[in-house]
Amino acid sequence: MSAPRSAASRLLANRVFLVTCLVATNVAMLVLAVLLISIFWQGWDTLSWKFITSFASRKPTDAGIMAPLMGSVWVCSICGLVALPLGVGTAVFLEEFAKKTRFTRVVQTNIMNLAGVPSIVYGILGLTAFARMFGAFGTNVEEAITLGNEDSLLFLRLPFGSSVLAGGLTLMLVILPVVIISTQEALRAVPGSLRAGAFALGATRWQTVWGITLPAAIPGIMTGAILSMSRAIGESAPLLVLGGLLLVFNTPENLMSDFAILPLQIYNWAGRPQDAFHEIAASAIIVQLAVLLLFNGIAVFIRQKLQKPLQ
Amino acid sequence: MKNTLTFATKLASMGLLAGATAMLLAAAPQDMKALKGAIKVDGSSTVYPITEAIAEEFNKVASKVRVTVGISGTGGGFKRFCAGEIDISDASRPIKKSESDGAGKAGVEFVELPVAYDGLTIVVNPKNTWCTALTVDQIKKIYSASGGIKSWKDIDPTWPDKAIKVYSPGTDSGTFDYFKEVTVGKDGSIRSDMSVSEDDNVLVRGVSGDEGAIGFFGCAYYFENKDKVKAVAIDGGKGAVAVSVESIENGSYAPFSRPLFIYVNKKSAERAEVDAFVDFYLKNAAALVGEVGYVKLPEAIYAKVGKNWDDRRTGTQFSDAEGKAVAGSLADIYK
Repeated sequence: MSAPRSAASRLLANRVFLVTCLVATNVAMLVLAVLLISIFWQGWDTLSWKFITSFASRKPTDAGIMAPLMGSVWVCSICGLVALPLGVGTAVFLEEFAKKTRFTRVVQTNIMNLAGVPSIVYGILGLTAFARMFGAFGTNVEEAITLGNEDSLLFLRLPFGSSVLAGGLTLMLVILPVVIISTQEALRAVPGSLRAGAFALGATRWQTVWGITLPAAIPGIMTGAILSMSRAIGESAPLLVLGGLLLVFNTPENLMSDFAILPLQIYNWAGRPQDAFHEIAASAIIVQLAVLLLFNGIAVFIRQKLQKPLQ
Repeated sequence: MKNTLTFATKLASMGLLAGATAMLLAAAPQDMKALKGAIKVDGSSTVYPITEAIAEEFNKVASKVRVTVGISGTGGGFKRFCAGEIDISDASRPIKKSESDGAGKAGVEFVELPVAYDGLTIVVNPKNTWCTALTVDQIKKIYSASGGIKSWKDIDPTWPDKAIKVYSPGTDSGTFDYFKEVTVGKDGSIRSDMSVSEDDNVLVRGVSGDEGAIGFFGCAYYFENKDKVKAVAIDGGKGAVAVSVESIENGSYAPFSRPLFIYVNKKSAERAEVDAFVDFYLKNAAALVGEVGYVKLPEAIYAKVGKNWDDRRTGTQFSDAEGKAVAGSLADIYK
C-alpha cells in the first residue's frame, strides 16, 4: 500500500481519469461521425428508389444495386439462420452438458483458434466443402445432381456451386466461432445458484437449460449475434474466393441462385476512374448500413421478446 | 443533377456520342429474344467494365439469357476457365503457356479474342514544368532497382535537383506486370522504394499532391483526371508521342498500350446463347469500349478477330512453340 494521500490529489487523479475516458470516447465518436457525414454528404443525392431497384449499368446514373442488395440479404439470412442454432447448440452442449474431458478441451481450444483464422481461409474451405463438395459429384455443373425444378423455390443441386446456399454456409463458418464463444460467455455469466435452484426442484438438465439458463443468457447471446452478423455482411474475401459475382441481372429465386454482394459492388465502384461511380459507391454504403441496422434490429427485437428478468 | 452533367461533358470530351447505344440496339436480330440459358464469365477486373457494358446491352435484347460476370482476376479467371467451370474468361494479358497446358489437359479448347486497348499513362504533377516527354530508357532508369535515380537531375542534368517520388499500381496487378515487362523486362526488377496502391484513384491523388511525383496507371484514370495530373509524352524511338485515344488506337503510342482479351471455351461456343453473346460482343465492342474509358482496336484487327471467331481458331498466338511469350505489338502478332 502506498502512503495515504491528500483528498485533493485523489480527486485530481479521479478527474484526470475521467477526462482521459471522455477523450477516448470522443475520438471514437468523432472518427465515426466524420466517416458517416462524408459518406452521407457524398452519397445522399444519388440515393433513390430507382437506385435501389435497378440492376448494374455502365452508366452511373442508370446503375443500381438490386442484385447485390438481394444477394447480401439472402446470403446473410442463410448465414444467420444456420449459424445461430448451430453456435448456440454447441455452446450449450459445451457449457451445460459436456463433462470437462480432454475431448472438450481440444474442441474448446480449436474454437478459440478458429476465431482468429483470416476469413479468406474460410473462403477456400467453403469452396472445397460446399461449392465443389470435394469433387464427389464431379467438377462440371452440367453433371451436377439436381433435385426439383430449376424454377421452383425448393430446387437443390449437388454440389452447391457458387450459389447463395454455399455463400451463406461459408459465411456461417466465418462467424460460428464468435457465436459459440459469446454464447459460452453469456451462459457462464448466469449465476450458478439459478441452476442449483432448478435442480433442487427436480428439473432435468433440459428443463434447466430451456427454462432458466438460456432465457437469462439471451441478452449476451444476441449481442454476440449482432456483432457476428455485422461482420458477415461486410465480408467479401471469402465470397470472392467462392466465385462471388459482380454482375447478375436477376435476384436470387432459390438456394441455388447466383448472387452478387454489396461489399464487392462498393469496392468495384470506388475503384472506378469516374467520379460519378464514387458517388454511387457512397450511396451503396448507406444502403449497406441500413441493411446492417435491419439485421441488428431483428436481433434486438428477439432479445426484447425472449428476455426474462432474473427475479 | 450537377454530377450527371459533368459526367456527360466528360463523355462528350472523349469524343463519344449518345447515339452509339441507339445504333447498336437497332442492329440486334429479333430471334435473340427467344434465346435461353446461362453464360458464365469471370476474370480480370480491368476488362470487367467492358464486359459489363456489353452484358447490359445484351440483356436488353436477349433478356432470357442469364449473363453473370465475376472478378476473380485474370489468373483466377483462367484457373476456372481452364477447369471448364466458366464459358468466357476476361483477361488483361494473354494466356500463359502453363495455363493453356492446363486447359489442354482438362480438354478445354479456347478461342482468343482481343477486344480493346488499355493505354498506360505516365503522369507527373501539373506543377512539373520541366518534364514533358520521356524516352523508354529514361522510364526504365527511373523505375528499375539498379537505376539509382533519386532526383529529377539524375535523369537529365538540365532539370532541377528535386527529389523524385515514385508511384506505382499494386505489384499483383496486370498493369504492373505489363509495365515491368516493357521497361525492365521479365527478369529485371523494379525498385522497391515506391508508393504502391491497389486503387489507381489513390495514385492520382498522390501524384496530384506532390510536385516531384511520377506515376503510371491505365489511361481511363488519366482521361478522368486531366485537371489533376499531367501526362508525359513517350518516346519509343520514333519521337515523342502524347497519350490520346488516337495515338493508342493507331499504335504510335508505343510500347505502353496493351491489348485486353476475352477467351471463349470452344465447347461452350456451340451453345446458341454463347455464340450470340460473343457475336454481340465483337459487333459492339468498338462502340462501347470508349464509353467505359478504354480504346477501340483498329478496324483491321477487329476484322481479324471476327474471322478467327467465325473460324473458331483455337490456341494462343502470344506464345511460341517453346512456350515463350511473343514480344511485339498486337498489330504485328495477331493474325
